[in-house]
Parts: sequence; structure tokens; C-alpha cells
Amino acid sequence: MTQVTMTVNGRTASGEVEGRTLLSSFLRDHLSLTGTHVGCDTAQCGACMVHVNGEAVKSCNMLAMEANGAEVATIEGQAAPDGTLNTIQQAFQDHHGLQCGFCTPGMVMSAAALLKDNPKPTEAEVRAHLEGNICRCTGYHNIVKAIMAASGQDVGAIAAE
Amino acid sequence: MYNFDYEQPSTIADAVAALGAEDAQALGGGQTLIPTMKQRLASPSKLVSLAAIPEMKGVCAEDGAVSIGGGTTHATVAAEAGAHYPALADLASHIGDPAVRNRGTCGGSLANNDPSACYPAAALGSGATIVTNAREIAADDYFQGMFTTALDEGEIVTSVRFPIPEAANYQKFVQPASRFALVGVYVAKYADGVRVAVTGASEDGVFRWSEAEEALNKNFSGDALMDLSINPANMIGDLHGSKEYRAHLVGVMTKRAVAACG
Ligand SMILES: Cc1cc2nc3c(=O)[nH]c(=O)nc-3n(C[C@H](O)[C@H](O)[C@H](O)COP(=O)(O)OP(=O)(O)OC[C@H]3O[C@@H](n4cnc5c(N)ncnc54)[C@H](O)[C@@H]3O)c2cc1C
Ligand code: FES
Ligand code: FES
Repeated sequence: MTQVTMTVNGRTASGEVEGRTLLSSFLRDHLSLTGTHVGCDTAQCGACMVHVNGEAVKSCNMLAMEANGAEVATIEGQAAPDGTLNTIQQAFQDHHGLQCGFCTPGMVMSAAALLKDNPKPTEAEVRAHLEGNICRCTGYHNIVKAIMAASGQDVGAIAAE
Repeated sequence: MYNFDYEQPSTIADAVAALGAEDAQALGGGQTLIPTMKQRLASPSKLVSLAAIPEMKGVCAEDGAVSIGGGTTHATVAAEAGAHYPALADLASHIGDPAVRNRGTCGGSLANNDPSACYPAAALGSGATIVTNAREIAADDYFQGMFTTALDEGEIVTSVRFPIPEAANYQKFVQPASRFALVGVYVAKYADGVRVAVTGASEDGVFRWSEAEEALNKNFSGDALMDLSINPANMIGDLHGSKEYRAHLVGVMTKRAVAACG
């Protein structure tokens, strides 16, 4: 076992891990941050997406040791401490961007990474960016709509709710 | 996944030394290796991460070539190589999805030599030089069949030098479930000739389509390819596409790539 220390949602977190401990397991099992969902565990679905040093990564496909010393952001750090949703989360609620909600933490983290680099994406850019985020429920239209709305763009012309 | 020791050296020399241990293996971005280890298809005793080695990272242009550090992520190549070699940056920007591109590396992709991967097509199509801790290997000698390369045990791809062509384009017919290439064709036109590299199609991994190169050397246009076809016998056939379908796609994607070269 080895000690790892990282900053998770602004707070220092450490724990003893094995070489094979995944970042997703460290977040969920060691830190009880179960908002990061594990859907496929094979790097396909994106439900486990978090930010490491500001970049979106699939936490099921990264070792906890690889994140040693890193800044990690998860879905738990997105809302304000009093529970007020951030712009992207609120837009998902307003535009029905979720049904079962399993993919949602990954979608929100993926969207946050997109809007950081590209504050006013086109619909095509949003869809291309979501390549690695799979949703079994919504058919994506309302997710795309929510992300467009979160970027402050008019979503009137985008596919129906 | 079986357990293993983990090391994260900060120089190439330390990484090579660490890889000297029995059953030690290099870890690039882990985008292929971690899933492989989860399936227990690989069970190294030690992983040596190459992620903290500054001398293996970055994109730089020098003497008509662009050099990509072996530990450079696809996202960095997509963002930084465009000014020197747009077709290469474009290829990197369509590998997998954004999260895969933030972790996966050029060296990892070339060391893995997946028969459907994109980078092998760019390296072979550009006549790139694969630079390792020990030597330089020409792309024509490097790829030796699917998942097989000229690398020795413990040898690290430290950088890859891509000569910059007059024009180039990569056409990828995406296999939507895996996001790899069902068939991908890289066409690059150099002063001394055209190179055409095909990925995703052959049982032998990435290959050069020499008949197409000859035809394009005489006449660099899609018309030059009209009478050419590829023998389906050696193509990959699976539930995503038959051998014949892939053979047909090779022609189509090559024509598209030539047309896109302008
Ligand atoms: C969902 C998904 C979609 C993908 N889509 C595509 C795609 O469209 N096109 C595509 O080309 N690829 C695709 N990939 C693969 C991706 O590009 C990988 O990043 C790449 O194949 C391996 O690079 P890596 O840095 O992650 O290497 P790793 O997974 O860490 O390692 C792979 C192998 O290379 C060895 N290795 C790693 N780095 C080096 C080095 N510098 N020198 C020597 N050996 C080394 C390792 O020991 C291992 O054997 C996809 C992957 C996923 C998960
Ligand atoms: S759980 Fe990580 S990508 Fe699906
Ligand atoms: S809302 Fe159910 S998987 Fe996306």
C-alpha cells in the first residue's frame, strides 16, 4: 500500500491505495464521493468522468497513483455549498437533460470542460464533444439543449423537449 | 486487475532502468493498457509511468519535420501541431473522445500498434522516424503486424519525427461503438512521392497501398485510383464489416483523402 494525496474539490484528501486502485474507486470507496458513477468500467461510457488538473478524464481508466498530487474536481464540487446548482446543473434541470440520472455526473463534468475551452459552442460541437458520454435514456437532445442553454445561447430552435 | 508496483520516474534514463525489472511494463496514458489489465490480458509486476518525464513531452518543428514527444497526449497534438502539420493535428483531434485524448499518448499508440488505430497510419503515411531511448527506427521497418512492432522489451518511444508534406489528409470511417477506425486512410504528398497508409483494414495491421502510391505519383487525383482495387483475402472481417466491405472502403477513403488534399 502506498499513500496518495490529492486535492479533491478544493480539499486535501489522502489515503492508502494499491497500485491497481482506480481513481474512480479511490473517490467512491475511500472518499465516499459516490456521485462519480461507474457505468461500464471499460472506458466507454463516461459516467465516471471527473477533472484532473482541469482536464476531463474517465476516472475508471486512471490509477489513483497517477492522480497523486493532482487537483481533482468531481460532481460533488459543482453546486455551491448551500446546494445552489451551478449554471450547467440548473440548465440540465430546466431543460430535462436527464431521466434516470446515471450518466448525468459525467455529462455535467464533460460539459464543464467543454464550456471552459469553448464558451459558445455550436450544437455540432456539443454533440461531437459528448462522443465519450453515453446516455441510455434521453436520446441526447435535451442534454445538448441544456448545455447550449448553459452557454447562454438561445435554444428555441433546437430539437423538441 | 492483478496488483502491481507503481513507479513514476522523471527521466528517460530512470524509466529505462525501472523497466529492466522482470515483467515491468511502461504506462503511457493507460487508455489501452488499463482496460487490457482489467481483462487480465496483461499482468505486469510493475508499471513504470512515463507521464512525469518532461523530456518526452511536447510538439516542436525542426528542419521540415514536426517532432512529437512520446508522452505527448492526443489533445496536445490536436492543439499544438496544427500550425506545422494540420493533417496530423486533425487526426489526433478525432481519436476516440475528448477524455481519451486527454490521457492517451502518441508513443503509447505507436507501441501498441492496434490494427485499427489512427497514429500508425500517420506515422507510416508520413514516413516518420520512431525515436527510442536506444535508436531511431524508420516507420517502414517499425510496424510488423497487428500489435507487433520493432520495439525490444523495455524500449521506450521517446519521440516521433514526422516529415512535413506538401499536402496530406486522413480519412477515418468511424466504427461508432469503439470510436476507432473501421477503415482509415492517410495520404501524404511529398516532393519525392506520395505515400498511402491504410489502417483498420488488414489482418497484418497498418500497411502501405503501393499500387495507389504509384498511380498517384503519375496523377495526383481520385481518377488515378478508379481502376484499382484491394484483394479482400487479407482484410479483417467481423460483425462491423466484411472483408469485401473493408476492401471497398479502402478505395473510397483513399479517393476522399486525395480529394481533401486539394
Ligand atoms: C474509448 C476509446 C476510444 C479510442 N479510440 C481510438 C481511436 O479512434 N483511434 C486510435 O488510434 N486510438 C483510439 N484509442 C486508443 C488510444 O489512442 C490509446 O491512448 C492508445 O492506443 C494507447 O496510448 P496510451 O498512451 O494510452 O498507452 P497505454 O495504454 O498506457 O499503453 C499501451 C501500450 O504501449 C506501451 N507504451 C505506452 N507508452 C509507451 C512508450 N512511450 N514507449 C513504449 N511503449 C509504450 C505500454 O506498455 C502498453 O503496452 C481509444 C481508446 C479508448 C479507451
Ligand atoms: S465507467 Fe468509466 S467510462 Fe464507463
Ligand atoms: S439519464 Fe439515464 S443514462 Fe442518461
